[in-house]
Amino acid sequence: MSINSSDTNHSHSHDSHLAHHFKNAEHQFESAKQGIWLFMVTEILMFGGLFVGYSIFHAIYPKMFAEGASHLDWRLGFVNTLVLIFSSYTMAMSIHHLQKNEKSKAVLKLWLTVACGVIFMCIKAYEYSSKFHHGLFPGRYLDVAHVGAEAANLGMYYGFYFCMTGLHGIHVLIGMGLIVWLALRAQKGEFGENYFTPVEGVGIFWHIVDLIWIFLFPLLYLVG
Amino acid sequence: MATATTHSTGHSNGEVNYINEFKGLKSWLTSLDHKRIGLMYMISVLFFFLVGGIFAILLRLELFKPGAQFLTPDQYNQVMTYHGAIMVFMVIIPGIPAILGNFFLPIQIGAKDVAFPRLNLASWYIFMLGAFIAVATLFVGKVDTGWTFYTPYSIKTASAATMMVVAAFIMGMSSILTGLNFIVTVHKLRAPGMTMYRIPLFIWAIYSTAVLQILATPVLGITLMLLAMERTFGVGIFDPKLGGDPVLFQHFFWFYSHPAVYIMILPAMGVVSELIAAFSRKTIFGYTAIAYSSIGIAVVSFFVWGHHMFVSGQSEIAGIVFSFITMLVGVPTAIKMFNWLATLYKGNISFESPMLFALGFLFLFAIGGVTGIMLATIATDVHFHDTYFVVAHFHYVMVGGTLMALMGGFYYWFPKMFGKMYNETLARITFVLIFIGFNVTFFPQFILGAMGMPRRYFDYIPAYEYLNSISTVGSWLIASGFLLSLYVIVTGIRCGEKAPSNPWGAKTLEWQTSSPPPHMNFEVEPIVTAGPYEYK
Ligand code: HEM
Ligand SMILES: [Cu+2]
Repeated sequence: MSINSSDTNHSHSHDSHLAHHFKNAEHQFESAKQGIWLFMVTEILMFGGLFVGYSIFHAIYPKMFAEGASHLDWRLGFVNTLVLIFSSYTMAMSIHHLQKNEKSKAVLKLWLTVACGVIFMCIKAYEYSSKFHHGLFPGRYLDVAHVGAEAANLGMYYGFYFCMTGLHGIHVLIGMGLIVWLALRAQKGEFGENYFTPVEGVGIFWHIVDLIWIFLFPLLYLVG
Repeated sequence: MATATTHSTGHSNGEVNYINEFKGLKSWLTSLDHKRIGLMYMISVLFFFLVGGIFAILLRLELFKPGAQFLTPDQYNQVMTYHGAIMVFMVIIPGIPAILGNFFLPIQIGAKDVAFPRLNLASWYIFMLGAFIAVATLFVGKVDTGWTFYTPYSIKTASAATMMVVAAFIMGMSSILTGLNFIVTVHKLRAPGMTMYRIPLFIWAIYSTAVLQILATPVLGITLMLLAMERTFGVGIFDPKLGGDPVLFQHFFWFYSHPAVYIMILPAMGVVSELIAAFSRKTIFGYTAIAYSSIGIAVVSFFVWGHHMFVSGQSEIAGIVFSFITMLVGVPTAIKMFNWLATLYKGNISFESPMLFALGFLFLFAIGGVTGIMLATIATDVHFHDTYFVVAHFHYVMVGGTLMALMGGFYYWFPKMFGKMYNETLARITFVLIFIGFNVTFFPQFILGAMGMPRRYFDYIPAYEYLNSISTVGSWLIASGFLLSLYVIVTGIRCGEKAPSNPWGAKTLEWQTSSPPPHMNFEVEPIVTAGPYEYK
């Protein structure tokens, strides 16, 4: 081992975002990106468990699942799909603007993304409340008489429905919170072409959450 | 690995180090230094080990004689559940990666820290939160499902199972984050010249473990969430009364938990590789074979979960396939075994306490492995299933394997971690006590299992008394061994002699920096020019 004389003490370099254990900003950015992608793998696997469970029981009780899906309004789901796809676009654009140091455009795109999240959650809330209104609760709380359910275990379908959309909804909420935080920081001019790692990371998260919805939508609303 | 000594450069003549650079409890609880976080894990895990150990002693005391001793059957179930759950989720799974991995992974690859120090600290807090919730269930409604939470019982039981499941979910998150951090660290922060084929075998093992943590734990997470849903909303996924399938839970559960047993054992194998190389003063035999076999074990471990379910009513074909694939795990494992033995062969072996634990590992893990093959054979498993044979088997693997390696690793790296030497004679005595006590405790259980004594029962017929009493006496020996090692550690830290940088003459990078290392691990960035085990 030969000795390299680079100083490893606390001397912080010109870039205030650069942690001491990275060589340069690019090194740090690449590492952060790898980390967030690995985290996304775990997210996908977690939803994967739900998808596997859904597929298994869909194969066992096709009629019951069809009955469950028939209570959902695919138009609302479809609108939500469009909303999320659009929000993925605005999210990507915000990074694009940051890379060109166009601060106010980037901030606007971030707030637009948040707005999309709000629309999505409002539609979701409307859907949930109308489901509850009709007695469509998960599992044993499903009001069989009120719904006029044909399948005795229709509650299972709604168990999956609420579990999958609920878990997804929690992710949307977390994503919105993170994007608000990004928008406020971007407003203060903390990001620019030299540093936008958090925006990139949250962006990846947001795209994956959208992607999961794009699988959830046909599975829950259309396949029936 | 290298020739330079770095402890004489710069401001530090071994005076300023990661322990004394900052002072006060707060500087620990907010520290982003991976070494400090490793020590914080050490203290937490040791504490939980003590608690889990007390539950173990209670179990053995109850089983000392036939008939009820001092526990009711209900209490026995609870004690068994807490013993198992604490030992698995709070001791063995975080054990080596979170303590030794956190401390030595960055140093061994010449990095200043892990890739995400903040996340590392967060992982510890998340782990403590999960552990706290798990322990709090004791005061809410005791859990009696066993650590596996098998349905349908776990749906019905009136205990705090939902809370326990949430706790396990949270600890799983911590495990995922640690694994993620390690993977990125290994990919991105290796020192100049530290190619993937120059990283120590401990790193290969921790790396493979991290891959497992990332791929398997989310599945456990969602399984536990579904169980919580089942308990709160009666969804019916696992409840046969509602058209669900309780065996599906077992599939989901073991899809994680079989890989999880490799999350427990792979790091141990990594430690043993280091110990064997260092104490036989020989280049490790078959470096690449050992490295790749870690990855091999990680991959195969995903396809063998069905061996826990031979008698669950899964199809015969599934049983045969799972049995066959399980046997395949033996191949990479045997590769490691033979390579270790080949390294020992004609090595210049010195029997310091870490080496004793490594040899203990080889012996006990071999027994655990061979009995694993017996359990992987459908015909014999049908007889042994859910008997004490299984209990003996998994204790041989988890305790004889993982814990032996953890102890060996502790002693080996102790001088580096604390800058002090421990009392070698006492340390050897701890080995003798633990090793003998272990065999006295668990070997009779193989015989008991073969005789048909079922597990998870609080009572047994008089025919099993003799062997059970022996087993209980053995548990006292183990306990005294661990208590003595606690004494060795504490006195070592408080009044041990000052340790040199490299007391064992080992070649990996961590021995090239001072003991204890400075805040940023090295005074100057190391440049690596050779493999990790360049002994003569
Ligand atoms: C002094 C050492 C130990 C003794 C005497 C001991 C004793 C026992 C006993 C009597 C049982 C109940 C077996 C049954 O009825 O199925 C048990 C279960 C178990 N032990 Fe230990 N144990 C010890 C250490 C450990 C350690 C260090 C671990 C960590 C991996 C561990 C993990 C487990 C697990 C996972 C179970 C299964 C619990 C269940 O079936 O739910 N044990 N142990
Ligand atoms: Cu297994």
